[in-house]
Amino acid sequence: MLSNKEKMLIAEIWESLTPVAEEIGADALLRMFACFPGSKTYFSHLDISRGSPHLLSHGKKIVLALAEGSKDISQLTVTLTPLQIMHAYQLRIDPTNFKLLSHCMLVALSCHMRDDFTAVAHAAMDKYLSAFAAVLSEKYR
Amino acid sequence: MVEWTDFERATIKDIFSKLEYDVVGPATLARCLVVYPWTQRYFGKFGNLYNAAAIAENAMVSKHGTTILHGLDRAVKNMDDIKNTYAELSVLHSEKLHVDPDNFQLLADCLTIVVAGRFGNTFTGEVQAAFQKFLSVVVSSLGRQYH
Repeated sequence: MLSNKEKMLIAEIWESLTPVAEEIGADALLRMFACFPGSKTYFSHLDISRGSPHLLSHGKKIVLALAEGSKDISQLTVTLTPLQIMHAYQLRIDPTNFKLLSHCMLVALSCHMRDDFTAVAHAAMDKYLSAFAAVLSEKYR
Repeated sequence: MVEWTDFERATIKDIFSKLEYDVVGPATLARCLVVYPWTQRYFGKFGNLYNAAAIAENAMVSKHGTTILHGLDRAVKNMDDIKNTYAELSVLHSEKLHVDPDNFQLLADCLTIVVAGRFGNTFTGEVQAAFQKFLSVVVSSLGRQYH
């Protein structure tokens, strides 16, 4: 359950990171590929090496979607409908991978924000990413 | 037997040699209690855990956090036999403390995030992978004697 304070904090954080969306997104993805090699199987059609345009554009997409969702968390199911459909019928990424990317996203945020990524921010962000992942997999079955 | 590459061994030794135990230990345990509040069930005797600020200032949390982190030293020194290194601690956590072994992964994740925050960009994906591999061996060893 996200409190109103937490929702505001999450929206603030993602807004401040929008200018570096590519950097954060690519970092999170690279971490996931390094730590959980099975996740690479979904990217066999792309160049996911450090600095590659595919990686940067993909990372950017993910962060911008997270930022968009954070602007009105109570409307996540509405905001994410197109992405729900894409993930359920086209991408069909096994949902355990959402947890892996969420964890790597938290690590990327911690590396980037350092002391500003407080325990409170971490807790709120973890809850948001879980909610986001849950909504994303809603149409799977 | 866990196989460690030279990079992994060097990375683990390097991280722990640079760690400020009395900052990272307390921060990690406190973070676990904040991010996963149900873990507070094991710390009924620790006094005020009412909110993040109270947890951060709690002396018993700080002390215990440092103790836990130093507990990892044994694994760092015995990377080739972490399983046996923690056999006794595993029994303790199971028989005496009755800690659900799932909690070990929660604490490990918090430690990774705290260490990431301390090291910033030098905590690369490759370093993270080595660190997480080390922690997953520790977590597995601590859960091994449960029955």
